[in-house]
Amino acid sequence: MKIVVDFDLCESNAVCMQIAPDVFEVRDDDFLYLLNENPDESDRERMEECAQRCPKQAILIED
Amino acid sequence: MAAQSIHIVGASLAGVRAAEALRRREFDGRIVLIGDEPHRPYDRPPLSKQVLAGDWDADRIELTKPEKFAALDLELRLGVRATGFDLATRTLSTSDGDDIVDAMVIATGARCRTLPGTDDMAGVHVLRTLDHTLALRAELDAGPSRVAVVGAGFIGAEVAATCRGRGLDVTMIDPMPTPLGRVLGEEIGSLMADVHLEHGVDLRTGVGVDRLEAEGGHVTRVVLSDGAVVEADVVVIGIGVIPNTEWLEGSGLTIDNGVVCDATMLAAPGITAAGDVARWPNGRFDEVMRIEHWDNAIEQGVHAAERLLVDDADALPFEPVPWFWSDQYDRKLQMAGRIGPADDIHLATGSFEERRFAQLHGRDGRLVGVLGLNRPRHVMQYKTMIQNGASFEDAVAAEI
Repeated sequence: MKIVVDFDLCESNAVCMQIAPDVFEVRDDDFLYLLNENPDESDRERMEECAQRCPKQAILIED
Repeated sequence: MAAQSIHIVGASLAGVRAAEALRRREFDGRIVLIGDEPHRPYDRPPLSKQVLAGDWDADRIELTKPEKFAALDLELRLGVRATGFDLATRTLSTSDGDDIVDAMVIATGARCRTLPGTDDMAGVHVLRTLDHTLALRAELDAGPSRVAVVGAGFIGAEVAATCRGRGLDVTMIDPMPTPLGRVLGEEIGSLMADVHLEHGVDLRTGVGVDRLEAEGGHVTRVVLSDGAVVEADVVVIGIGVIPNTEWLEGSGLTIDNGVVCDATMLAAPGITAAGDVARWPNGRFDEVMRIEHWDNAIEQGVHAAERLLVDDADALPFEPVPWFWSDQYDRKLQMAGRIGPADDIHLATGSFEERRFAQLHGRDGRLVGVLGLNRPRHVMQYKTMIQNGASFEDAVAAEI
């Protein structure tokens, strides 16, 4: 599984960080950093929750 | 007994997320998704922003990609309106005929309030649906001399910001002393008033609307309660919503400002509700709520769907920390939890002067809310603390 963030859409709402702080981090500069682009397949449901609950729909999961 | 077939009434965010949750939980029965709009399910937040601005077209806002949506294997009935329900016989009536339902998720949302006598007046708009937005956008494209926004709540404030972004003259009118003050408190409301004034909005607060006047069927003026007149050829009304429950009157379900549910989102055996239409006791805040936020529609839609797949004994209460955001100009407002005028308050980071801050709200020693402007990371981290039941003292002391 590959996580792709569309940084043109991302506005650092940090919802993904609340759900999966080990994968997504919004830092003090207010930008989102992707800590792990390839989470384990067993983590799919949590990654889908991040994608669904992103207010800007900026997270894509590429299979 | 587990449901064999599930009707989801309402094909917007809560309904679609409910359908997806059912398949994710490996429900392989029949799912009927009924929606009264003709469009494929779409996401509403961009309507008042990118779509109204003209930056995005309708195809950018679909809720689920076509191939994923098709894989849900739904019996999709778009352009179909629910007209009645009878709990005793479990008969669902729609504009397309009657159906007997085994289990059902009610997700019919809400609709905009309007001003009496303006329904047939050209140039007068509300904003809730894609069709509303495209109709308003077409009028903005034509270059109106002035847009009057009635109501300085979230929709009104976002529409005003978008119209200013398009270079249009805007007057925003609200009977409260500050925009959003009812929700955010007067101090932050006053800060948001300054933001709108600096962006050139002609802001009229503390004054109501007496009537709209038209010439040749098209609106020309807004007459305010103090007698002032605002000349405007486009009027947008953003004065709140009404839950869509009329079709359930006499159904046997309890209706009281929404579909009344128990703590697990169950309205009756095998019937749940979710989204703007649902009212339930949120045990986390010891409060009966009906929440109109985007994020709630997702979480509640999922919960209401999963509730239909478990026995009563295994059902979990729905106890979220409500959260919303609003984008106006370059300011991002976020709030999590429940805030009130009597709360203890602590400014955790930033300042009102720089318009970048996170403010904590405490009640009875507990952290109950966080309100942020351009501080999304802080809001989310304090939201986690609210979820974890943190004390106000611990939140104030936390290094975030």
